[in-house]
Amino acid sequence: MEHNNTEKHGGSYTTLVLVWIGLLALTSITVTVAGISLGQYTLFVALLIAAVKSGFVINIFMHIKFEEPIFKVFIAVSGITLFVIFLLTFFDFIYR
Amino acid sequence: MASNIEATISIEQQAHRDDVGARMGMWLFLFTEILLFGGMFLIYAVYRYQYPDQFHLAGMELNTGIGTLNTIILLTSSLTMALSIAAIQKKNKALSIIMLSSTLLFALLFMVNKFFEWSAKISHGIFPGSKELLEKQNGEILFFGLYYVMTGLHAFHIIIGIVILTFMLVFLIRNKITSDNYVKLENSGLYWHLVDLIWIFLFPLFYLIQ
Amino acid sequence: MINEAANPGEKSFYQVSTNKHTGILSWLLTVDHKRIGIMYLIAILSFFLVGVVIGLFMRWELMFPGKTIMEAQTYNTLFTLHGVIMIFLFIIPGLPAIFGNFFLPIQLGAKDVAFPRLNLLSFYIYVIGAILVLVSLFLPGGPIDTGWTFYIPYSIRTSTNVSMAIFAAFILGFSSILTGINFVTTVHRLRAPGMTWFRMPLFVWSTYATAWIQIIATPVIGITILLVIIERAFGVGIFDPALGGDPILFQHLFWIYSHPAVYIMILPAMGVVSEIIPTFSRRTIFGYKQIAYSSLAIAFVGYLVWAHHMFTSGMSDTSRWIFSLLTFIVALPSGVKIFNWVATMYKGSIDPQVPFLWVMSFIFLFSIGGLTGLVVGALATDVHLHDTYFVVAHFHYVMFGGTGTIFFAALHYWFPKMFGKMYNKRFAVISVVLFFIGFNMLYFPKFILGYMGMPRRYYDYLPEFASLQLVSTIGSWILAGAIFFVVGYLIHALYKGKKATANPWGGVTLEWHIASPPPMENFHEIPTITHEPYDFSQLKEMKYGE
Repeated sequence: MEHNNTEKHGGSYTTLVLVWIGLLALTSITVTVAGISLGQYTLFVALLIAAVKSGFVINIFMHIKFEEPIFKVFIAVSGITLFVIFLLTFFDFIYR
Repeated sequence: MASNIEATISIEQQAHRDDVGARMGMWLFLFTEILLFGGMFLIYAVYRYQYPDQFHLAGMELNTGIGTLNTIILLTSSLTMALSIAAIQKKNKALSIIMLSSTLLFALLFMVNKFFEWSAKISHGIFPGSKELLEKQNGEILFFGLYYVMTGLHAFHIIIGIVILTFMLVFLIRNKITSDNYVKLENSGLYWHLVDLIWIFLFPLFYLIQ
Repeated sequence: MINEAANPGEKSFYQVSTNKHTGILSWLLTVDHKRIGIMYLIAILSFFLVGVVIGLFMRWELMFPGKTIMEAQTYNTLFTLHGVIMIFLFIIPGLPAIFGNFFLPIQLGAKDVAFPRLNLLSFYIYVIGAILVLVSLFLPGGPIDTGWTFYIPYSIRTSTNVSMAIFAAFILGFSSILTGINFVTTVHRLRAPGMTWFRMPLFVWSTYATAWIQIIATPVIGITILLVIIERAFGVGIFDPALGGDPILFQHLFWIYSHPAVYIMILPAMGVVSEIIPTFSRRTIFGYKQIAYSSLAIAFVGYLVWAHHMFTSGMSDTSRWIFSLLTFIVALPSGVKIFNWVATMYKGSIDPQVPFLWVMSFIFLFSIGGLTGLVVGALATDVHLHDTYFVVAHFHYVMFGGTGTIFFAALHYWFPKMFGKMYNKRFAVISVVLFFIGFNMLYFPKFILGYMGMPRRYYDYLPEFASLQLVSTIGSWILAGAIFFVVGYLIHALYKGKKATANPWGGVTLEWHIASPPPMENFHEIPTITHEPYDFSQLKEMKYGE
């Protein structure tokens, strides 16, 4: 239906700019943190920040927040698949 | 049932165009990209697990400054891309064109940076198959192999993105993309954000091993 | 319910061009899903026959110990080509690209797939991939000799045309991905009014599950292949053990795709079985939802078992038992399906027509294939049987006895609908019987040979294997004879066959409500669905019979 096609979704200019500022802030945090030695947590923190950043990009820039629920299910399916592939592969390399 | 209603909607759209369907197809394509890079991230993870110290050593040789700069460039290009779509939704064609052009500009800037970064590495004799690289330890050889392949494939996606966005710019100027038919621009935007998304993970994994 | 069959003067999709061209261009540039399906049928069937001929030559060579007709290197090339052609050019695209393209939109009550132009693109990508395979045979360096698994390190050391051949596989992967994207979107967006998820025919369900595997798994082999090409071309260290790489990691990545690919092959076949059995039992399918869900379950669990191909590769003991355990779980949803099919027939009014006979043959062969799968899925026995003829026999029973048989079942089931002609049923019955005999003669001895220790991919063998090898070769002639016979009488039926009615079998899914062959846009107006998919009470309102 026409309504469905021209439906406006996506944030206002302000939201987008705010998200961008947030992303830049997270980038500076991750660069700074990398300089501090956190031992085994360094990688974990870096990946956590990357995950938060991608959450912003996917939800706001890529409009998933405003998309039909099935899109979220799709993303979950591919995310879970990727996770399972990593997990099962590492059963080999961790216990070798 | 909700699916009943959904079915009714979908059939009425058949006669018209189906923007939700177009975006759905695009997202499905993006999943293939995610899994494509996912395979490489898996290889990276395994080798980093096997050679943690040598990955650390090799990572120190990369230029964090240039990596950070490129991160900022890509994030900003993502913003301008999103703004371009928001502008066309709000019927502001001029702003949309300006924003899309800036996205293209940032993309080119990214490639220029990448060029200097790679040239510097190559002039230091670090490139696949080089004598200097082969004298290093196995973990470092693998690190640089993955560095070239992963950032290279990412750069290849940027180049494709530049081509696509150029077409979109032309469509926008010629009114092939309008405020009530902009799904092409949206889908190109989705692709562009995905390229950004991948870089968000490449950046800490290669440039921030301190 | 609609009944558009009675419309005598109507033009079929063969007679109406979708574009401004006529003749051959109206086919080559068409975006109609039915025409694209027919083009796939011609291309895929041709490659299948090429694969069959290569297989015949391999069997000929193995008829007697020692050299029979060819050199060892030629044999290495032939078994690689047989694998590459059968896997990438026949069995992976086979059912989805031909019958999925043709019938998925019709069974959903849609006029076409969601992205018709993408559909045509995907066909041409398939053609380009196929041409690349052929070109790689004639370039200097010689045809690829690695086996279809392209294992590292041999595939980066051999001087044959590995890069070109695997690049072809990469291209073919694209074609598969695009088909998958198209089908998932079609199922979500183009269902007719009233066509709820649980009114979709089971062929649609299984094709939908398949499409997801095509989307999610194919990129993994894509990147793996790309990395091998890059490694060969630029000497980048990725998998090469000389540069610190891990060849077992290559095997992981290869099977992360190639095991789910097995389900790309078998799931649509299971869907076809779920169509044919209710039609010829005149009874609604037993456990509709269980079959639908088990398709999704197979698609998902199929991701969790890839490393059972690698029990003897040197991976960790922990992952060996984990993958062995997970492998047994896959048997469950497949078992659910077999049970439900058999239960559907119970107290049904069985009409043993040709497609039904193919399905019976399938259930027998696939059960052997499935059960021997448990034998090689068990860790301890696999160590003994790995890389022997037992494995070869197992996967031929599953792939050829499963999907291959169903390819013929689907062809016989839908042939009257696709072409509007009926084939000679007596010939068809003879061909099923010959196929079944030839198949078991060809592959069953391989179980015994494998158990006795005959390794796969060997050019020569010990004298004690000679008699069974001979039986196997004779079986290959019977099997190939049956296949060429089928192709022969089907082509004959195209020209001389009796005209088929709209519903020769008494099916009730949507494709049997429209004319044979279907009109250009399938339905004059989009139907409204009011029945369950296998509700045979509709038959009273429909005309059927020859």
